[in-house]
Amino acid sequence: MERYGTWVVKKGLAEMLKNGVIMDVTTAEQAKIAEEAGAVAVMALERVPADIRKEGGVARMASIQKIKEIMEAVSIPVMAKVRIGHIAEARILEAIGVDFIDESEVLTPADDRYHINKHEFKVPFVCGARDLGEALRRIAEGAAMIRTKGEAGTGNVVEAVRHMRQVMDEIRRVKNMPDEELVTYAKEIGAPVELVYEVKKLGRLPVVNFAAGGIATPADAALMMMLGADGVFVGSGIFKSKDPEKMARAIVAAVLYWDDAKMLAKVSEDIGSPMPGKAVEELAVRMQERGW
Amino acid sequence: MKIGVLGMQGDIREHVQALERLGCETIVVKKSEDLEKIDGLVIPGGESTTITRLMKLTGIWSKLKDMASNGFPIFGTCAGLIVLAKEIANAPDQETLELLDVTVERNGYGRQIDSFEAELEVEGFDLPVKGVFIRAPIITSVGNGVNVLSSYRGNPVLVAQGKILAATFHPELVDGESRIHKLFIDMVNS
Repeated sequence: MERYGTWVVKKGLAEMLKNGVIMDVTTAEQAKIAEEAGAVAVMALERVPADIRKEGGVARMASIQKIKEIMEAVSIPVMAKVRIGHIAEARILEAIGVDFIDESEVLTPADDRYHINKHEFKVPFVCGARDLGEALRRIAEGAAMIRTKGEAGTGNVVEAVRHMRQVMDEIRRVKNMPDEELVTYAKEIGAPVELVYEVKKLGRLPVVNFAAGGIATPADAALMMMLGADGVFVGSGIFKSKDPEKMARAIVAAVLYWDDAKMLAKVSEDIGSPMPGKAVEELAVRMQERGW
Repeated sequence: MKIGVLGMQGDIREHVQALERLGCETIVVKKSEDLEKIDGLVIPGGESTTITRLMKLTGIWSKLKDMASNGFPIFGTCAGLIVLAKEIANAPDQETLELLDVTVERNGYGRQIDSFEAELEVEGFDLPVKGVFIRAPIITSVGNGVNVLSSYRGNPVLVAQGKILAATFHPELVDGESRIHKLFIDMVNS
């Protein structure tokens, strides 16, 4: 008998995306460009984060028609975002057969206290995190994949770096912690103690951990891989750059060659200018502060 | 003996771990020169379009094709099987290595919500293998030289041809499971 939507199957899809690049797209045409450039998946959106930031207002799940168009255009997995805590948006995306749901701080939160109970779904979820406690709370709720929050739509990698370093630093501390300290540590970071034990045993998060939020160049992508990311999400960075096709190919190559500086130099040549960046201090909204 | 795991994209670490459980020395293959250091290659699960593009970028594609025509052993799971297949029925434009005489249908069971686990009987195994099928391909037909080692609901899921072994499922994702990898090691040694 087949068993559908199991933890192994949900977590397994994230494993298949490792060492890959997931790109934000807003049209079927962009999705095809991403697939041809070597993206392992696409994130179907109404607007990229840079435009969400510019236009303000309430950002919601993308239109069903748009997501379906993108699903029909490509053979790679299609992800889509729901608002934090919006169980109904998630049920709708599951019903149309989206391959992965991002319960995302980039959209306006629907619930200011609770996230979705992701165990109840057959479709896997990815969630953002800024530290180990936040990552383990999301995994406790059923997230099959974690990504740094970074600061989406800025083209500024500093927050993604901060969040990746924070998570990795806390994992290293847990690895070296005697067992009697784990319960108190779990309480301090607001994480279930069983998951803290698991992190100690594995020496890493129990699920795949990607980088996201501000990656705009091949060098940014390589930096995140150097810091221990399993792969990268590129949001506005592809289709807000001067030459999206070249940028997409170069970032895919950079995730392969992150530990080979000569090849990184080669893939970074002649790729047009990246998206314009923003200093984090100048932002009116810090999306990373959404999520509990 | 040294086995390489193709390090383009996908669940590379899980294959390395499955091989290490068998006491096998492994390296991650990222350059075409690395192919000269190994006695067999595993192509992991991942996205077949991405893996193909990166194999071409690194020059591994043409070199591996040459080596395989001289009997170099290769084991592919899921995307790895697609890359090895002779033909993709629902993506005829997607280039493959054409080393395994099978026709496959990509995402044959459907999308991620149709991904599943099921017990599989494998020829020569006393106990079943847990088959993890993730957006898996379906093998719709096999050539005369292909040996079917396991089938599920009428379609082959584990096949061998000469020194090539391929599975539509992911034995590397099952804790402690190394029997399918052992089949490949035996193939390399024979």
